[in-house]
Amino acid sequence: MSQDTLFDKVWDLHKVSSLPGGSDQIFIGLHLIHEVTSPQAFGALKDKNLKVKFPDRTVATVDHIVPTDNQSRPFKDNLAEQMIETLENNCLEHKIRFFNIGSGNQGIVHVVAPELGLTQPGMTIACGDSHTSTHGAFGSIAFGIGTSQVRDVLATQTIAMNKLKVRQIWCENLLSNGVYAKDLVLHIINKLGVKAGVGFAYEFAGPAINALSMEERMTICNMSIEGGARCGYINPDEETFNYIKNKLYSPKNEHWEKALKWWKSLKSDENSIYDDVIKIDASRIEPTVTWGITPGQSIGINQHIPLLDELSPNDKLVAEEAYEYMSFKPGQSIKDIPVEVCFIGSCTNGRISDLRIAAKVLKDKKVSKNVKAFVVPGSEKVANEAKQEGLDQIFKDSGFQWREPGCSMCLAMNSDKLIGNQVSASSSNRNFKGRQGSPSGRTLLMSPAMVAAAAINGKVSDVREYIS
Amino acid sequence: MDYEFTPPVGKISEITGKCISLIGNDIDTDRIIPARFLKCVNFDSLGKSVFADDRKTLRGVHPFDLKENQDSSILIVNSNFGCGSSREHAPQALIRWGIRAIIGESFAEIFYSNCIAIGIPCFTLPKKSIQNIQKYNHNKSLFLEIDLKNSSAKSKDLNFNLEIKESTKKMFLSGEWDATATLLENSSLVDRKLKELPYIKF
Ligand code: SF4
Repeated sequence: MSQDTLFDKVWDLHKVSSLPGGSDQIFIGLHLIHEVTSPQAFGALKDKNLKVKFPDRTVATVDHIVPTDNQSRPFKDNLAEQMIETLENNCLEHKIRFFNIGSGNQGIVHVVAPELGLTQPGMTIACGDSHTSTHGAFGSIAFGIGTSQVRDVLATQTIAMNKLKVRQIWCENLLSNGVYAKDLVLHIINKLGVKAGVGFAYEFAGPAINALSMEERMTICNMSIEGGARCGYINPDEETFNYIKNKLYSPKNEHWEKALKWWKSLKSDENSIYDDVIKIDASRIEPTVTWGITPGQSIGINQHIPLLDELSPNDKLVAEEAYEYMSFKPGQSIKDIPVEVCFIGSCTNGRISDLRIAAKVLKDKKVSKNVKAFVVPGSEKVANEAKQEGLDQIFKDSGFQWREPGCSMCLAMNSDKLIGNQVSASSSNRNFKGRQGSPSGRTLLMSPAMVAAAAINGKVSDVREYIS
Repeated sequence: MDYEFTPPVGKISEITGKCISLIGNDIDTDRIIPARFLKCVNFDSLGKSVFADDRKTLRGVHPFDLKENQDSSILIVNSNFGCGSSREHAPQALIRWGIRAIIGESFAEIFYSNCIAIGIPCFTLPKKSIQNIQKYNHNKSLFLEIDLKNSSAKSKDLNFNLEIKESTKKMFLSGEWDATATLLENSSLVDRKLKELPYIKF
């Protein structure tokens, strides 16, 4: 059993009681909601005649269903309109802070909360969305919950949950030039497998992690869930504190000093005990691309798609399924595979630093004429910042469409969808069959820089050839 | 009929009400609530749509439309009831129509656990007994008193034992089926916890 890790400290601090069934009742410090998983939870409150216990501990925004081409109301899609209206009404009725379209603070829930300073070290954070793990980048314990638990958090500000085990993933050395957080996390998921994290919280640590910016750390923690871990976190440091300072909802003045002292005390101790420790050499990682139908099926840009014989018995079945679905040949090189759609966005890689890197690759270049490319900023703040820096113009000049903020083609609940078996180079997090809106669509996950390079070339390319 | 809905809360130890029989094996959740009703932001309107397509076909003579069945709350079904998709909308539609307990030969697993989660106890009985009850109910109205603790049911003329898993029974008797209620009991501990935590108000 783990001891004295940040996870243990935060868990113990937030434990309200031990429940008869064996789980713990855990206090949730920040509850985030969006339009897709909250309506039935509010419905259940109404059914049970319950109120929201602490309305100011829940924050809402709208992201999954919003159109990113034309956001004028009512939305063209009736159901999408009904869903946003329901959220508006629920927030109004229960006095919940809601960052709606046009507020300047709307966006993907996991992009919005950190940039507003809502996400802070030492907190427990829950949201009816599996990528809530993102917030762990700040040294909070953050996890996705189901609709019935959304109801429980609204009604009681707590959930019933079993304590997780803690695995430390120690990343030695530094990432090399042209290799990003996305490559590191894809590599980790490939090495450990997509189910390895079940029952664990992942602590990402080591020199390669410490060297990352906050936005890169969010990319890492975001994809903990693709590795099976409901929660991933990084111990807070100066980088963390500097990021939070002066954000809209960050503690101010004497509160700041108090908070800082608390946050610093939360780090995992030098000699804390982990249930498991894994070591990764970050310096050996290449730009990484998925070739299959799970986020674990990835390879370095200079590698070939694995032959069946090269895989462990456990991986063979899904590999065969992947060969067939993707219609790639085992042994084929991933480089130069033609792509038809390029998507930059999502809660994994739709932040300002992602847009900056992609724009740098795209500057003075043109998107291949066979490619439909678009960029969907993660939030209104990201969009505004990008415009101030002139990034939107660089994207447009290169041939990218510049869209409004939302989840968009990460899961295709709006009108942005792949058509037929199109191949998409995507900066998002899931390459499941049909994930990007077409039942036969094919998704290759990669870093935003790699998506930009693929867009220019019309095929999977090594971004290191484009950056000095 | 107006579908005024008050959901069950806390401990459930007895259910009394009129029976409604629905004859047939393998009645799936698509029949209980057709897929087009899933595009919704709450479960409120599901009560009136329960068995929508079956009822349309039967034009007024479906058990859920018969006048004498209108305020029934105990559903009597045959085998493998609730098979098919895992939609929670199915028991949600039933409970909103007025069903508070189901007695059947057997239930599909996910449907069964969805029922527990929203407070509908499901009991089983051998085929023969179910048929007898359904036959009896065909001729006259059957008003049952179900006692969960003793797993028994009685009416004016009938008396019989019901089968229910011991663990499930405990969940209903203790109220633990309702996670929210269990958590709500510690409300004052939660208030204290928030005071203790060095959180800053946003
Ligand atoms: S961007 Fe994608 S993964 Fe992230 S919250 Fe939206 S749909 Fe989910």
